[in-house]
Amino acid sequence: METTYNYKVVRQFAIMTLIWGIVGMLVGVIIAAQLIWPELNAASFLSYGRLRPLHTNAVIFAFGGCALFATSYYVVQRTCQARLFGSGLAAFTFWGWQLVILLAAITLPLGYTSGKEYAELEWPIDILITLVWVSYAVVFFGTIVKRKTPHIYVANWFFGAFILTVAVLHVVNSAAMPVSFWKSYSAYAGVQDAMVQWWYGHNAVGFFLTAGFLGMMYYFIPKQAERPVYSYRLSVVHFWALIFTYMWAGPHHLHYTALPDWAQSVGMLFSLILLAPSWGGMINGIMTLSGAWHKLRTDPILKFLITSLSFYGMSTFEGPMMSIKTVNALSHYTDWTVGHVHSGALGWVAMISIGSLYYLIPRMYGRTEMYSTRLITLHFWVSTIGVVLYIAAMWIAGVMQGLMWRAVNSDGTLTYSFVESVKATYPFYMIRLLGGVVFFAGMLIMAYNVWKTVAGSKAYNEAPIPQLKPAAAH
Amino acid sequence: MDINLIREIVMLLAFVSFAGIVWWAYGPSRRSRFDRAATSVLEDEEQDVATRAGIRNDERKG
Repeated sequence: METTYNYKVVRQFAIMTLIWGIVGMLVGVIIAAQLIWPELNAASFLSYGRLRPLHTNAVIFAFGGCALFATSYYVVQRTCQARLFGSGLAAFTFWGWQLVILLAAITLPLGYTSGKEYAELEWPIDILITLVWVSYAVVFFGTIVKRKTPHIYVANWFFGAFILTVAVLHVVNSAAMPVSFWKSYSAYAGVQDAMVQWWYGHNAVGFFLTAGFLGMMYYFIPKQAERPVYSYRLSVVHFWALIFTYMWAGPHHLHYTALPDWAQSVGMLFSLILLAPSWGGMINGIMTLSGAWHKLRTDPILKFLITSLSFYGMSTFEGPMMSIKTVNALSHYTDWTVGHVHSGALGWVAMISIGSLYYLIPRMYGRTEMYSTRLITLHFWVSTIGVVLYIAAMWIAGVMQGLMWRAVNSDGTLTYSFVESVKATYPFYMIRLLGGVVFFAGMLIMAYNVWKTVAGSKAYNEAPIPQLKPAAAH
Repeated sequence: MDINLIREIVMLLAFVSFAGIVWWAYGPSRRSRFDRAATSVLEDEEQDVATRAGIRNDERKG
């Protein structure tokens, strides 16, 4: 009879989330500085073109991935009231995933890349990812199978959809023909390759960076607010509408390209429809606080969780707008896109992960609270100011670039050369760097707080699984 | 067969499945089941499950 939850693997992933967050965001700060001072491209392995994919892989798959592993393993156990299925397999997912990250950190600066955005890793690493991911699915769904609760809680639906979909996306998009151990060519050619890539790319946003983190929302906001989710029935509609719609939005990354026009229109239309389920979910999360708004005043963890939803709402309004072809004609290839991504990545993904970690980490050490609540409050304000500086700078820079690139004189010649738009962007790059440094500083505050919480505490592995009496089970 | 006919059928199927999900989620006979699921997440801490559920129900009435 299993009497305790598996906290070890949750704790390992939770701590690595913080470490990879710091590493990934530091690389982000470095490449932001390189855009201002090109001399910082000191060596080939430190050049912008190689560090940029390192940054995106580190923050999405190392930071975000570890956060998803930690929270999904925690939530599936607690809501199923069952110990994680397969302790050895769960340990393999941890060490396997760390190995993937390590290999990425070595191969990307050395220039080994398949050239597909957010899927740059070469085929041997892709195979390792597949093995880890299938194990993850077995552990997660194995735990759901052995659950002792009658219902599969909605957070698990979102985590489950994220795990299944990412498996399909990764295998299809990474299909390639190897020519040597560190070089391969995509199995697809031409515009089909582009379409497969952005079907993958946008669903990486929709399932890796959205569905999984919505799983966090549906567990940690009710727990921290001590209230059930605003409307469970809305969450059911939210789930099915979101996963059905996201799958078709990818073509908006290929507006005005060789992709057939009707396919672009499909992508644009589904992106616009996405506003409804996205906001339905956001409202469901925020309204969970209905009747308990006062908690927001004193509880910095709730501040993190609820503010992340505000950024989620902003990004999921902005995204559909940018997918409209005429808006895209202005925004595409400018820093507006970069601003949009970071509104989602820093504002939504990072802040809901940070809030969830502040809930999770003390519990992994048998405590209920972090070392310092005041430092969480400080971290919250530092992060918020950092995100706002970052995205405001990139919005202004992006719209300015778009307008400069399309400006024409009365004789039909371009008003500005490209380099003039680069020059005009410098002040905004400085503000962006400042925002990034401020957000990064917040992560260091968190690291100190976590260190003080963890040091001197013993790892807690005795969390008991409630043993329901037969009568209480109904 | 005309491709547009297939497109129309797919569109209708998608709409019907959406309407079906909304009907299923908001059906009155499933209300208590979903309410129980929503509160279940708060009841996994080490405390008296029955008392907690009682408090929740009172809050709802009040």
